[in-house]
Amino acid sequence: MPVTVKTFTSSHDAAAALSSDRSARYLGGGTLVMRALNEGDISISTIVRASDHAMTRIDASGSRITLGAGVTFARILAERDLAFLHGPARSIGGPAVRNMGTVGGNLFAPVPYGDFTVAMLALDAMVSVQGGLGGREIPIDEFLQSRDRQTGTLVLAISFAKPGSTDAFRYRKIARIKPKGGAVITLAAHLPLNGGRIVGARVALGSMAPTPIRARAAERALEGRALDTSTISAAAAAAVEGTSPGDNALASAWYRREIVGVHLKRLLSGQE
Amino acid sequence: MAKTALQFLHNGRDVAIFVDGGTNLLVALRELIGDMTPKFGCGQGGCGTCSVLIDGELHLSCLTLAETVAGRSVETLDGIKNGPNLHPLQRAFADNFAAQCGYCTPGMLMAAKALLDRNPQPSRAEVVEAISGNICRCTGYEPIINAVLAAASGGRARA
Repeated sequence: MPVTVKTFTSSHDAAAALSSDRSARYLGGGTLVMRALNEGDISISTIVRASDHAMTRIDASGSRITLGAGVTFARILAERDLAFLHGPARSIGGPAVRNMGTVGGNLFAPVPYGDFTVAMLALDAMVSVQGGLGGREIPIDEFLQSRDRQTGTLVLAISFAKPGSTDAFRYRKIARIKPKGGAVITLAAHLPLNGGRIVGARVALGSMAPTPIRARAAERALEGRALDTSTISAAAAAAVEGTSPGDNALASAWYRREIVGVHLKRLLSGQE
Repeated sequence: MAKTALQFLHNGRDVAIFVDGGTNLLVALRELIGDMTPKFGCGQGGCGTCSVLIDGELHLSCLTLAETVAGRSVETLDGIKNGPNLHPLQRAFADNFAAQCGYCTPGMLMAAKALLDRNPQPSRAEVVEAISGNICRCTGYEPIINAVLAAASGGRARA
């Protein structure tokens, strides 16, 4: 069924168009919205686009990094200052999907996709959105909890503090098909050290709930402790707490619950 | 609903068509331009057989809104041969038995071309990565990987 395509030069105008029409969806790289149209999703009657250059900007020079919502995974892979995010970016799709898929779109990607968002959640990112009533910044966990109600807001950018050391940020995606495939589960951890102790532990999980979630019990087990064997075991044992995975063709909910602690242990102990 | 005029370069040739809102590039190429080389596989971004190059970059035409290629260059498999002469990648695919049913071949060739245009001497791992978004259910991939490597080393022998 034909849809109306509205293209705007300013993200502000695009946001206004998006918020005033319940059947409008924002088209970024196309990997979600065009797929929905190909599958005959009749809930979409308007496509909104913006050619605003601000939405494709990368600012990675300082300690706080900002990625425009339209930044593709291929561009992240080409950016040396974002080397710590090359693992999450490379774990998505094949080259064509990485040339198309965007950081902003990934926030909306359903299970078993949305791996980059798991990394963003572990980095405590802020999501910059433009709604009908103006712009604001939302913590990413809050954004994800209300994701179903966010289709009328336009994501402009995502920002986060650069990890203090390369070892502080870790990422692992478990997939059955390599090098490409949907996730069985995805894990990311940010473990800043202060005097040998973890301060501000963040553990994020993908495919363990309808949206990426924080593993708060595992975070509590890590907080204020040295990253030794007993701490890692305690965090691994707590990984499954608060999760609500589903069944799909890649794995059952039971299997996901069984393996999440195993893979968190491997992630924290630096095993391949 | 009104149609939108769309102009772009198709294999180096200017084309102008009218598209319905929401038409994807694959439909525009096949039904409006008559270029049947990109195939429809899954419509979800999972199989890669609709792969084309947009401004030299590998994209999935089934997930590309046709209007977004206005003024840009779209290359498909139809454009890679030189008159009656096959492209070295096509020759290598034939010589290495890299096509069986052939449905994935247009996408595989475009993914391989995207790689070799950027990296004329790829490693085996780089070839595997380059075609990782393209599914083949016949060959088991080995003949395809060998064909891409053969095309790359053939290029070096001629240079």
